[in-house]
Amino acid sequence: MSAAGAGADGTSGSAVSAAGAGADRADRAEWETVVGLEVHCELETQTKLFCGCKNAFGDEPNTNVCPVCLGLPGSLPVLNAFAVELAMRIGEALHCEVRPSSFHRKNYFYPDMPKDYQISQYDEPINVGGWLELPDGSRVGIERAHLEEDTGKTTHQGETGRIHAADYALVDYNRAGVPLVEIVSRPDIRSSAQARLYVTELRAVLVATGASDGRMEEGSLRVDANVSVRRVGAVAFGTRCEVKNLNSLRSLGRAIDHEVARQVALVEATGTVVQETRHWDENAGRTVPLRSKEEAFDYRYFPEPDLVPLAPGSDWRARAARAVGLLPSARRERLAGLLGGAPTPQQVDQVHVVVAQGLDDLVVAAVAQGAPAGVALVRAANELAADLGAALVLDPGIFGRVAVMEAQGELTATQAKAVLAELLAAGGGDPAAIAAEKGFEALSEGSLAAVVQGVVEAHPEEWSRYSAGEDKLAGFFTGQVMRATGGKADGKAVAAELQRLRR
Amino acid sequence: MTPDDAGSALALADAVRRGERSARSVAEAALGAIAAREPELHAFLHVAADGARADADAVDEKVRAGEDPGPLAGVPVALKDNLCTRGIPTTCASRILEGWRPPYDATVVTRLRDAGAVVVGKTNLDEFAMGSSTENSCMGPTRHPMDPSRVPGGSSGGSAAAVGAGLVPLGLGSDTGGSVRQPAALCGVVGMKPTYGMVSRYGLVAFASSLDQIGPFARSVGDAALLFEVIAGHDPKDSTSLDLPVPAAVRSLEVGVEGLRVGVCEELVADTAPDVSRRVREAAEDLARAGALVEEVSVPEMRLGLSAYYLIAPAEASSNLARYDGVRYGLRVDALDVAQMNTATRTAGFGPEVKRRIMLGTYALSAGYYDAYYGKAQRVRTLLIRAFDLAYERFDVLIGATAPTTAFAIGERVADPLTMYLSDVCTIPSNLSGHPAMSVPFGAGDDGLPVGVQVLAPALCEERLFQVAAALERSAAARARPGHGEGRR
Amino acid sequence: MSEPPSLGRDDVAHVAGLARLSLSEEELDMFTGQLARVIDHARDVSSLDVHDVPPTAHPLPVRNVLRTDDPCPGLDRDEVLAAAPDVEDGRFKVPRIVGEAP
Ligand SMILES: [Mg+2]
Ligand SMILES: [Zn+2]
Repeated sequence: MSAAGAGADGTSGSAVSAAGAGADRADRAEWETVVGLEVHCELETQTKLFCGCKNAFGDEPNTNVCPVCLGLPGSLPVLNAFAVELAMRIGEALHCEVRPSSFHRKNYFYPDMPKDYQISQYDEPINVGGWLELPDGSRVGIERAHLEEDTGKTTHQGETGRIHAADYALVDYNRAGVPLVEIVSRPDIRSSAQARLYVTELRAVLVATGASDGRMEEGSLRVDANVSVRRVGAVAFGTRCEVKNLNSLRSLGRAIDHEVARQVALVEATGTVVQETRHWDENAGRTVPLRSKEEAFDYRYFPEPDLVPLAPGSDWRARAARAVGLLPSARRERLAGLLGGAPTPQQVDQVHVVVAQGLDDLVVAAVAQGAPAGVALVRAANELAADLGAALVLDPGIFGRVAVMEAQGELTATQAKAVLAELLAAGGGDPAAIAAEKGFEALSEGSLAAVVQGVVEAHPEEWSRYSAGEDKLAGFFTGQVMRATGGKADGKAVAAELQRLRR
Repeated sequence: MTPDDAGSALALADAVRRGERSARSVAEAALGAIAAREPELHAFLHVAADGARADADAVDEKVRAGEDPGPLAGVPVALKDNLCTRGIPTTCASRILEGWRPPYDATVVTRLRDAGAVVVGKTNLDEFAMGSSTENSCMGPTRHPMDPSRVPGGSSGGSAAAVGAGLVPLGLGSDTGGSVRQPAALCGVVGMKPTYGMVSRYGLVAFASSLDQIGPFARSVGDAALLFEVIAGHDPKDSTSLDLPVPAAVRSLEVGVEGLRVGVCEELVADTAPDVSRRVREAAEDLARAGALVEEVSVPEMRLGLSAYYLIAPAEASSNLARYDGVRYGLRVDALDVAQMNTATRTAGFGPEVKRRIMLGTYALSAGYYDAYYGKAQRVRTLLIRAFDLAYERFDVLIGATAPTTAFAIGERVADPLTMYLSDVCTIPSNLSGHPAMSVPFGAGDDGLPVGVQVLAPALCEERLFQVAAALERSAAARARPGHGEGRR
Repeated sequence: MSEPPSLGRDDVAHVAGLARLSLSEEELDMFTGQLARVIDHARDVSSLDVHDVPPTAHPLPVRNVLRTDDPCPGLDRDEVLAAAPDVEDGRFKVPRIVGEAP
């Protein structure tokens, strides 16, 4: 068998080259990528799913634990109402049917799971059958979005810290029992780019519902990808592999690309793919099999006898629906609507960035207080998005004043950026005072006109050529005005004044 | 403590509350009685002497201060060792939990303490409550208080024997398939299983979650009612706990049975030993004489109970007992990797009966078999509940035997699990249906050992249960009086 | 519905593995005999046609038992770790883990 076969198994160092070869082939139009994603979302509750322990990230190990989440003998779970509320909001936001549901036990041994079973929803999940529309207009179906409990955290100790080489492991149960909603998409995703778009959009939806803080890097959102390939035009799906340990959008995209290449190579070499769970190794840039194939799993699901069925009344469901904030798609429409005309391609991108970063409320508020939408949008998409933490607590009135000053020519674009940076660093302040302090003395419209008039009179020959239609001389005059004002003039205002004089 | 002293928890609590007896002296008497009988009986796995004295002193302090010490003031209570007691070993008679001291109290334990009861110790049981004789204890069997060659029944045999021997007036057990009622019958005491959800399971080490209920042992129906009222009631820590008022059990004792419709359940009489079924018929006659309308009734679905139970209970147990994996508490047998450590620990820590049930339950839930076994057993459970509902259209209560025989010999049934399982055939239906049921001592068998008559009532009808049980207790006492034609012991 | 087969030695070995129990050859024989008797006895249930009867998971029809999302104090870490067979650095220590969670 070819080297590609061995490498594709993840058993030798030739995996990378195999992937490279496969990628070339996958680029050929005959293969189609099929991806379904399972996204685990930690819910933003105060307490865990079945006990009153704090749901907190980063505390000292084993300090947020009690008999219930440690699975001590005799302890019993009691369901957190707010977790149910958040799950219903997610269902509403994803256009799911929110239904009566129940919990099952999923039985398997693992040391990070205190009871050696996970309480999860099985054949009666709370949300079924919805969809998510992506910014590019494509729709990804949602199979289900169900409630379940998280596990504890295992740290492998030993020479390399890597799982197979570890000498022993340490377990912290602070995360055990934290509420999760697992969102399972249909296998509707057709590329790694679309997968990234899906997760980006889903993340924004989850933040909008108040269910999640959206922090992928802290594990608040965890993604598993079910990847398969099939020949273009084929109806049946290929054999899929589940890829775990995708901690970022970057890993997600890379892992899917690698996995597709591996599977294409495998099918072309051997005709088949073995269904298995694989682990994404970020450093090696490849997926590796998670466990030996002969180890069978039988979860022995059965109804959790310690919990009773859940059937939220229509009142509660309606309240949950109302509590869903404005969704990203609606936010994008709202923002674009402020521009007062068809947005340019650049503005479409800016709208996406601003909504994805959760800055749109700030922009909308600033515009409501008189800021020009276009300027506010571009500053939010660039300067504010670059310092998100500070931007999210910035007063919209203050931000709006900077936008107004820039639009009216009191500040140049460069000066406006500098003032914003100062405001973000200080957590607020008076834009006019900062501008004055920095010596950004505003040129009034009148004085700018006087300066332009002076420059025109000083260069009659250039002016007559410009007046005759030699447009490139606009740059010459702008430069002269800038020199005369010490850079305080606004480029756009100068251009406008030159146009006015020429007419 | 003499058996007479232990006879009435009510009288003891009254005496303590009035300051006629100190709780400390009551506790000392109980501890003395335990010390005297324990070598023979082995009813206890742990005697909490210091804790009992401290609890008793606290009660006495309240009495001196003029505060209400509670309805069970100074009454010694024995707890089955599958009830969590903060800082006191809780082992479930299993090597896998040897030495474990829970960091919390079961809700029933908190309620007992709040009521002024004094916890004297933890009693023996079949490992994880799996058994009908208390022989499946890693610490060795408990012996019957009247005949040390016999079993006290099980799985709550330690509590039943302690109350039966008069060491304590009250005990708690857990009843998953009859584990309170069956040993109560064998030891000649009152034992009751409340409606599922009536008593909080929080802190009861789970065997089969949808069947487990904690129930009282006492030497009289009145004392059982008193204890029941203390432990019953809604607990927000148990999702299956019912949010309903506590039934007025004590107030029901004197109501009588006139006009009450009593069905003598054929399935709970037919397959029992002749000396046992004779007592059931006598009990029926006495109830009729007291004004009840007594008729025979058949509930054929009850015959499916044993099979359904031995699929459902092991299935739930197989999952409930997965957590004993050597990671967080209890026994660990070390090995090279964590999976091997789990296996080594569980193999060394569990006894054969527990292993049998874990494997049986794992099988009943496993891929390809769920529908035929666990799934079907859950449907049979529905059939049984419907059959009960139908019977309760015609009858207010049902009566029958609690156990097919009187106490059997130690070792007699250990070789064949199925024969042992049949000891629970009369008690299992009420666990599957979630209904309350009670065993009341009613005379003796041919061997002179106690016989229990079982009263079954619809869900939430505990008051009716106590009403009938009290009447049976009165007629049993009348039969035992010299001069009564048949009664003798 | 067809009757499920009786339980054999392989079944017992399989479920013992799933339940993390190891059995000697003699134990395997003993348990197979005992469990097969129980499973055979359960034929009165497993062979019934009850497809039109809904299953009962809970004896009483209670729904929507919930708690509010209010934190309450948990356990003291020292007390929790004192019960553990092995600890290190505030955490439970276990032998090396082969493979990830399924
Ligand atoms: Mg899941
Ligand atoms: Zn907790």
